[in-house]
Amino acid sequence: MATSRFADIQQAPPIEVFHVMKAFADSTHEKKVNLSVGAYRTDEAKPWVLPVVRKVEAELAADMTLNHEYLPILGLESFSTAAAKMLLGASHPAIAEGRMTAVQVLSGTGGLRIAAEFLHRILKYNTFYFSTPTWGNHRLIFTQAGFTDVRQYRYWDGKTKGLDFDGMIEDLQNAPENSVVILHSCAHNPTGVDPTQDQWKKIADVVEERKLFPLFDSAYQGFASGDLDKDAWAVRLFAERGFEMIATQSFSKNFGLYNERVGNLMIVVKDPSVIVPMRSQITLLVRGSYSNPPSHGARIVSRVLNDEALFGEWKECIKIMSGRIIEMRKGLQERLEKLGTPGTWNHITAQIGMFSFTGLSAEQSKYLAEKYHIYLLSSGRINMCGLTTGNIDYVAEAINDAVCNIKA
Amino acid sequence: MAVAGPRTLNLVRQNQASIQHVCSRASSWWSGVEMGPPDAILGVTEAFKRDTNPKKMNLGVGAYRDDNGKPFVLPSVRKAEELIVSQKLDKEYLPISGSAEFCKHAITLALGSDSPVVADGLNVTVQGISGTGALRIGSTFLSKFFPGPKNVWLPAPTWGNHVPIFKHVNMDVNQYRYYDPKTCGFDFNGAIEDISKIPKGSLIMLHACAHNPTGVDPKAEQWDEMSKVIKERELLPFFDMAYQGFASGDVAKDAYAVRKFLADGHKICLSQSFSKNMGLYGERAGAFSIVCSDKDEAARVMSQVKILIRPLYSNPPLHGARIVSTILSNPELNSIWLKDVKGMADRIINMRTKLKENLAKEGSIRDWSHITDQIGMFCFTGMTPDQVEKLTKEFSVYLTKDGRISVAGIASSNVEYLAHAMHHATK
Repeated sequence: MATSRFADIQQAPPIEVFHVMKAFADSTHEKKVNLSVGAYRTDEAKPWVLPVVRKVEAELAADMTLNHEYLPILGLESFSTAAAKMLLGASHPAIAEGRMTAVQVLSGTGGLRIAAEFLHRILKYNTFYFSTPTWGNHRLIFTQAGFTDVRQYRYWDGKTKGLDFDGMIEDLQNAPENSVVILHSCAHNPTGVDPTQDQWKKIADVVEERKLFPLFDSAYQGFASGDLDKDAWAVRLFAERGFEMIATQSFSKNFGLYNERVGNLMIVVKDPSVIVPMRSQITLLVRGSYSNPPSHGARIVSRVLNDEALFGEWKECIKIMSGRIIEMRKGLQERLEKLGTPGTWNHITAQIGMFSFTGLSAEQSKYLAEKYHIYLLSSGRINMCGLTTGNIDYVAEAINDAVCNIKA
Repeated sequence: MAVAGPRTLNLVRQNQASIQHVCSRASSWWSGVEMGPPDAILGVTEAFKRDTNPKKMNLGVGAYRDDNGKPFVLPSVRKAEELIVSQKLDKEYLPISGSAEFCKHAITLALGSDSPVVADGLNVTVQGISGTGALRIGSTFLSKFFPGPKNVWLPAPTWGNHVPIFKHVNMDVNQYRYYDPKTCGFDFNGAIEDISKIPKGSLIMLHACAHNPTGVDPKAEQWDEMSKVIKERELLPFFDMAYQGFASGDVAKDAYAVRKFLADGHKICLSQSFSKNMGLYGERAGAFSIVCSDKDEAARVMSQVKILIRPLYSNPPLHGARIVSTILSNPELNSIWLKDVKGMADRIINMRTKLKENLAKEGSIRDWSHITDQIGMFCFTGMTPDQVEKLTKEFSVYLTKDGRISVAGIASSNVEYLAHAMHHATK
């Protein structure tokens, strides 16, 4: 054959966040700041492996009774059960009544993919909703899983830099029955804007009225407020209201286990008898995708969640991480207000979690990169973890400059 | 209006619970969820667990066992894990394509350190969730970008999961003759005949070594012939290599077919698993590779492969891959590993030899040479479903209905018993 089979393959469009990360990595500027990374950083701008994780890893390596045998297709049960209890609360009626089932998955993405495939292939759902904006991978996951009716609900209000609640409710009111609605359980990515408790109640009302299917993406439990129960409030509300629903849990951020792909897929149903057939179908989806999930990360999380002392140590770690982020939010807002930067900046502390939609425009973001070597996404999204006591003044001044001199 | 008679009323009364159940289920999202088909191999293990016979044997398991029937953590793996813990590395996200170091070592192991493909950067290699994950990436990529017919030609028989993986991405599956039940060996003429008729430009799947489930591998000269015919038919060879080193104990020997095809000019796809040869089953270490025409094509193909991985699981797990690259990059650990994997292969070969010898000792007049002709974890014994049933019912020896045994499940302490049982079931 003279020509290659693959000669016609086009270069795929780059994914922005990786592109921006590369730009940061390539920059040699001594004051460069990475506000695009999606991972926690210490005040020294370094990655942080949680001390409790290091401790457990050392234990696992020294444990001669452990081997590397295949996990069951649906993963490590001690992990899944503990993770589900962490989200729903150990004494939740759904658990007591046998109406909850959970399986280990490849972190949040893997959970969303298996959920989407199950909802589309088995339940034949074809309409899904995501917030405007949302995490970039939501749309791709669901369309790759086969969904063809792609819809959005309003979310971010650029004027108030908060939630467009009326817009969100209106869009969900118009959603067809059986639409899958992707909801961020806390620390909305990328805006940092979460509904209030009252707003969650009204959202639940609409979901119930319109017979929509709620799917919670829970990637920041504990990492947002520092309080596991507080960050699970919305999921628990829906479960208490009697919804059948799915929640995907990621342990990438709250355990700092980014590269071990630790996730849980939790399903709450009305009738326990559907659980066995449901698990058998999910088994087939997993088997055709990767056979069984990786053992290492799940072992770490299972050990910690199932041991009182280790669990306590871990809760201290998430307080440290969430605390530092909240401190940086305060610091940035204070400095911008002190500088008299045009506009309002209280959204920085009203928002929660790793990310903040600053309100900066693509042009302003570009300016920050080119003049100051401060790297963020064109949506104006910054990762609070990129701020440190060492660079917060520099960043505040740069933002002030951009807002004053570059048209939004 | 007809009135329900006593019989009908009785039926309703007796089935009150189910009727209510059906009605309440109808209001659930999940009421239409059908029970998925049970896993055949899992069924064997379940039955084995329930059996109380102290002499029971589980020959369904697809994982290596030591001579005491226990799972085996390779010494090189333990050492690598200690080293990794001491390095106190971070846990940051890997790139979508996985650990570059792991990918480099994986493809170098497969193709050899002198491979021009690797030297010229013609390979696209990404980390996969072990062999299954690598096959899923490959099949997804091919279902989208392969210009030929959207179906794959698989050997008959093949690993059970090949079919669902390809069907999952809406590709059809076809078969070419492979196993000859008359000889319990390779149906070379049948394979060549069938492959010669495969529509030009199609996709063909090949087991690089230690064919699963039969244990039957083509000889070197036969691989050479297949390479010629596959070239003539302009087929794209997709190699599944899950047992490199584990089959013969020699990593170069086990990669013969893959390396020969490349030398013959084929641009192959390859999936690799480190589950068996490094005993890393649960850590899911694997790689998927495509050999491209030039660096530019490789870059374009890589960009598309990454787009497919992102909505599956974003990026792969590090732990298993880190163990692999720690071993392969460290001369001391690498040589320990080569001994470890040879040890496993030798034990299996030894069990094959002992089984055949003991069958002869039992007085069996059947030709059992296929037991030692075949290679790898599995052996297609040639036993019929009836004989298998006898073996299970009378001797508590558990295996799949197709007569496949996992040689890894045989130990010095029970090989005689197995020979006795097999002779009794087949005489």
